[in-house]
Amino acid sequence: MAQGSLTQDTQLHRAPVSPQRVMQPIVRALTYATIFALCVLFGFPLFWTAMSSLKTIPEMFAFPPILVPAAPQWANYWTVLNIDYPVGRWFVNSVLIVILTSFGTLITASLVAYSFARFEYRGRDILFMITLSTMMLPAQVTLIPQFVLFYKLGWVNTHLPLWVPHWFGGGAFAIFLMRQFFLTLPRDLDEAALIDGAGYFRIFWSILMPLCKPVLATLAIITIIASWSDFLGPLIYLNTPEKFTVSVGLQFFNAVPEVGGEPMQHLLMAACVMSMVPIILMFFFGQRFFVQGIVMSGIKG
Amino acid sequence: MAVAESGAPAQGATNGNLSLLSRLVGAQTPFQTKRAVWGYVYAAPWILGLIIFWGGPILASFYFGFTEYAVIGSPRFTGLSNYIRAFSGDELFWPSLGRTFTFAGMYIPFAVGGALILAVLLNQKLFGTTVFRTLFFVPHLIPAVALAVLWTFLLAPRVGPVNEFLRSIGISDPPGWLASRDSALASVTMINVWAAMGGNTMLIFLAGLQGVPQELYDAASIDGGGAWAKFRHVTLPMLTPTIFFNVVLAVIGALKVFTTAWVATQGGPSYATWFFALHIYFQAFQYFRLGYGSALAWVLAAVLMFFTWVQVRYSRRWVHYEGG
Repeated sequence: MAQGSLTQDTQLHRAPVSPQRVMQPIVRALTYATIFALCVLFGFPLFWTAMSSLKTIPEMFAFPPILVPAAPQWANYWTVLNIDYPVGRWFVNSVLIVILTSFGTLITASLVAYSFARFEYRGRDILFMITLSTMMLPAQVTLIPQFVLFYKLGWVNTHLPLWVPHWFGGGAFAIFLMRQFFLTLPRDLDEAALIDGAGYFRIFWSILMPLCKPVLATLAIITIIASWSDFLGPLIYLNTPEKFTVSVGLQFFNAVPEVGGEPMQHLLMAACVMSMVPIILMFFFGQRFFVQGIVMSGIKG
Repeated sequence: MAVAESGAPAQGATNGNLSLLSRLVGAQTPFQTKRAVWGYVYAAPWILGLIIFWGGPILASFYFGFTEYAVIGSPRFTGLSNYIRAFSGDELFWPSLGRTFTFAGMYIPFAVGGALILAVLLNQKLFGTTVFRTLFFVPHLIPAVALAVLWTFLLAPRVGPVNEFLRSIGISDPPGWLASRDSALASVTMINVWAAMGGNTMLIFLAGLQGVPQELYDAASIDGGGAWAKFRHVTLPMLTPTIFFNVVLAVIGALKVFTTAWVATQGGPSYATWFFALHIYFQAFQYFRLGYGSALAWVLAAVLMFFTWVQVRYSRRWVHYEGG
């Protein structure tokens, strides 16, 4: 339909031009316009948050709203660490939990995946099917009994429930991702090493693991993001502000954004930005690995 | 060391009949037996994890569902009363379940459809694709709590920039967004769509698009197909497995919606965003009705399994697998 009128337009040109030639610049311009609109859609809220974190309190609540603060209050980022809420402590707690979670996941998921990919034993395939099926079950089902377990162990209001479980195989997704990667490595490597007298752990550690660096990077990034952003776990297990992670801490701050009657919304925004920046930076530097991991799980899944 | 230990019992197998251990692990030779034993050793952390953090809790949760239990003391068996209460005595049960479905019904088409549109846009060889892809992805990286906090400020009815923009284009009475009973559910949906659209779903679509063979597009061009025809008759059919995968994931994600609603609205105003996962959380961890909470968790699990089953069952009608 649109093609007809466009063909007429082309007659104005001296040389005969195919309708596609004319369409292309228009389509391109439209595509760029759409992408520009999307950039505003995704970029503006981020820009607004960054700007808000540099405002004073009157600027935060100015009406009509102010987009860019008159003088950026860089000191907000320092002040937020020195208010009555232990904001700095939340970041330390989160970093510790993320490190312990990631190491546990990487080490134990690789070992389990090695077992699934390279060994033959009774029940292996059933075990693998069970592993995959755990991905289907909502966390809520296991959450309550796990809470009871950790309560009985006296682990409530400690960080243990948040990272210890990750040292038991790291979860179905991690095992699945690692197994898929092990399957792509040639078995000749293992067999040659076995003939040379290497033990199974030696093969795993000295031969296969160095080859797994890309997928380990992928898994590390995915684990770090998930663990850093986790909210439900810390919400259930942690009660005192000194124990909070960044996520629960932010929620706590957001619920009461004032200390001694003094409004602190600008500092809340600074804390928000601080919670986003490490993850975004990591994504920038590890983008290649991250994208690969998602694609692998997406295609094989 | 440990190698010798596991090797020793396998020695018996050389004498013709297999040792008990070999039979147990499903092996034929001493070498296979040893290898099988090591297989179990390396899988041990996960086998333990499955028992401690999955199997045990699943059984316990199923049992708790038929009891009254408040952490302190022991569970008291009450038969089906939790389920009866859920279906007929809890005035928040059906509304919260219905609200979760409403959320899913709005979230899934926008999140998956939006991701598909973004992926198709980025899949054209345009200048700056990597930069755009990164920017679109950033919202997905924001921790859910920070996401809810920053949108609370963006959508503030009076001093928020969104309503200021709406007023500037002539809408004198913009919505109250998260603060209003009528628009809170739509606002929470919008926030989740915003964060999900450019995320993993889009990346999976991009990978899927790259897997569509160029010959099919060439063939469509020869047949005189325009851009829309190519999308409708080549891209979409070839992408159906990817769409299916993304929809299944989106359904699972949507039915578990929790953090954004909890942080931005605490389920309000007047229960407008009281989703099913929030209901479970409040029953179990605010009122410490662990028995009732477990029963609710099983209802959620049943709903999820039902929807996944339906999707797998009916996927054959519309999902097209190459060579399948």
